[in-house]
Amino acid sequence: MATKERRPILLDFEKPLAELEKRIIQVHALAEENDVDVSAQIHQLEDRAAQLRQEIFSSLTPAQRLQVARHPRRPSTLDYVQAISDEWVELHGDRGTGTDDPALVGGIARLEGQPVMILGHQKGRDTKDNVLRNFGMASPGGYRKAMRLMNHANRFGMPIITLIDTPGAWAGLEAERLGQGEAIAYNLREMFRLDVPIICTVIGEGGSGGALGIGVGDRLMMFEHSVYTVASPEACAAILWKDASKSAEAAEALRITATDLLELSILDQILPEPIGGAHSAPLQTAQTLKQALLDNLYELNQMTNEQRRDHRYQKFRRIGKFVEVSA
Amino acid sequence: MSLFDWFANRQKSGPSAKSLHEREVPDGLWHKCESCGVLTYAKDLHLNQMVCPECQHHHRVNSDERITQLTDRQTWQPMDQHLRPVDSLDFQDRKSYGDRIRDTQAKTGLSDAVQTGLGQLNGLPVALGVMDFRFMGGSMGSVVGEKLTRLIERATRERVPVIIVCASVGARMQEGMLSLSQMAKIAAALERHQEARLLYMPVLSHPTTGGVTASFAMLGDIIIAEPNATIGFAGRRVVEQTLREKLPDDFQTSEYMLNHGFVDIIVPRTQLKKTLAQLICLHQPHIHTPRFVNLSSAPQSLVTASSD
Repeated sequence: MATKERRPILLDFEKPLAELEKRIIQVHALAEENDVDVSAQIHQLEDRAAQLRQEIFSSLTPAQRLQVARHPRRPSTLDYVQAISDEWVELHGDRGTGTDDPALVGGIARLEGQPVMILGHQKGRDTKDNVLRNFGMASPGGYRKAMRLMNHANRFGMPIITLIDTPGAWAGLEAERLGQGEAIAYNLREMFRLDVPIICTVIGEGGSGGALGIGVGDRLMMFEHSVYTVASPEACAAILWKDASKSAEAAEALRITATDLLELSILDQILPEPIGGAHSAPLQTAQTLKQALLDNLYELNQMTNEQRRDHRYQKFRRIGKFVEVSA
Repeated sequence: MSLFDWFANRQKSGPSAKSLHEREVPDGLWHKCESCGVLTYAKDLHLNQMVCPECQHHHRVNSDERITQLTDRQTWQPMDQHLRPVDSLDFQDRKSYGDRIRDTQAKTGLSDAVQTGLGQLNGLPVALGVMDFRFMGGSMGSVVGEKLTRLIERATRERVPVIIVCASVGARMQEGMLSLSQMAKIAAALERHQEARLLYMPVLSHPTTGGVTASFAMLGDIIIAEPNATIGFAGRRVVEQTLREKLPDDFQTSEYMLNHGFVDIIVPRTQLKKTLAQLICLHQPHIHTPRFVNLSSAPQSLVTASSD
């Protein structure tokens, strides 16, 4: 059963692969019906599939990267926490809205001896879990919990590590009623007040304000196939092209990949992924993250509180492209 | 017989109500209220700050008019008028962003979706930012972010209150992540302004949504809204789609936001200048001279029909 479940999940752009898979099944069925041995043919088809995957992953378009970023098996916040920390105590609740948001998790971890506060969006590992986690779309309570934990970290001098992986902040009636806009806005301002180092990493999908709500830091890192976008390409296509099916064009136009964002001086560092994406070798990917976090923490720990706050201010202050015409 | 009745009678007796209706609303002279349908002489409507004298519906106000409404005559000093947007992503949807910028600039005479500057409000110095919905829905790109940030930084240096009149659909998609980052940039400047114990009051007008709501619109020390404005984070249609159910009628209105604790006060536009002045005075205990307290001394242009 377990092996059947772990069969690779094919993405849209892997359609040729899906075709092959389908053919393999068809050949199987046909063979059973007619009682013929087709193992050689199946073997050939499977080889071709593996080759195709290699080809596809070496030249991903933005829309395809988006799909890798949203891959159901992509390592999530809690996967990374488990892989990189020596200790972990998850903490809950925003002390106000009467719930604990499972879509945004946080807690204290020990990273190579140093206690740190880790916060991140949490997508589900399967459908049931995803329903519980609301597909990683946090509610106002999630952002307020994050802020409470960040303030706690600040009081105890713990660096803050945020892991971003959300399609966007939850857009529901309850979220609006509880002030989704205010919750995110408040975090944007308050994160500039914190003295401790803050390192933000987009591990999967960086969706709009929902991502930025825990995305104000001294460093912004992104995994190679992660994306970070002002609006989901689907929403952007629906609004600007008046046609949701144009999302691939939108993904291209919005410049959502790590390379684009490095060029636009929004991103500080790209973390490489193994071929086939983070989900193909999660432990190796986690080691990459851990090393990058330790390196950056070392640098940030050399700075005074004042220097860090000023650095953070200037980092965002510089973002933006415009021209100044002379009178 | 009033002019209204005359029109009403004509409409009843006319051969074709539709063709008459077209002739009855010549461009610019009369204004038909989009809420109650009553025709108002355009000049009267402007005198009443674009608030329908009949049903109090608040029509959209452009940034020039808003600045005239809120600042004392001859006190407005615009800032950073020389900033222009650029198509740094080479963004092309059904139209290129470069063309969109040029066309919108030609149509509106604006350089981008916000005007900023220093001015006086009933004699009180303020730093004022006014968004303009006409410029690509008041969307926030790099220029809006930069101009507002410079405004707030200047206000912090000169120790004056900041007022930002919001009218925006949110972040400008054509500038991608550069737009989203402006939310944090402005929030950072507001943090320093707040740290300096200075007053910031956003005025939320119709509509205030998306990335603007999730940043400076909701960061006011005191948040003011105009009546019946749409204020929210996610668009109503988006929420309807996620829920697959009908939303309450007042959902995401100023009144809804007030009832749920996210807006301090709803102020009719005709009272806005007066209320802002009152609030600024209340935060400056050393200013209590009658000149500032006696708010009826507002300039004549601000005395409105509805306050009669």
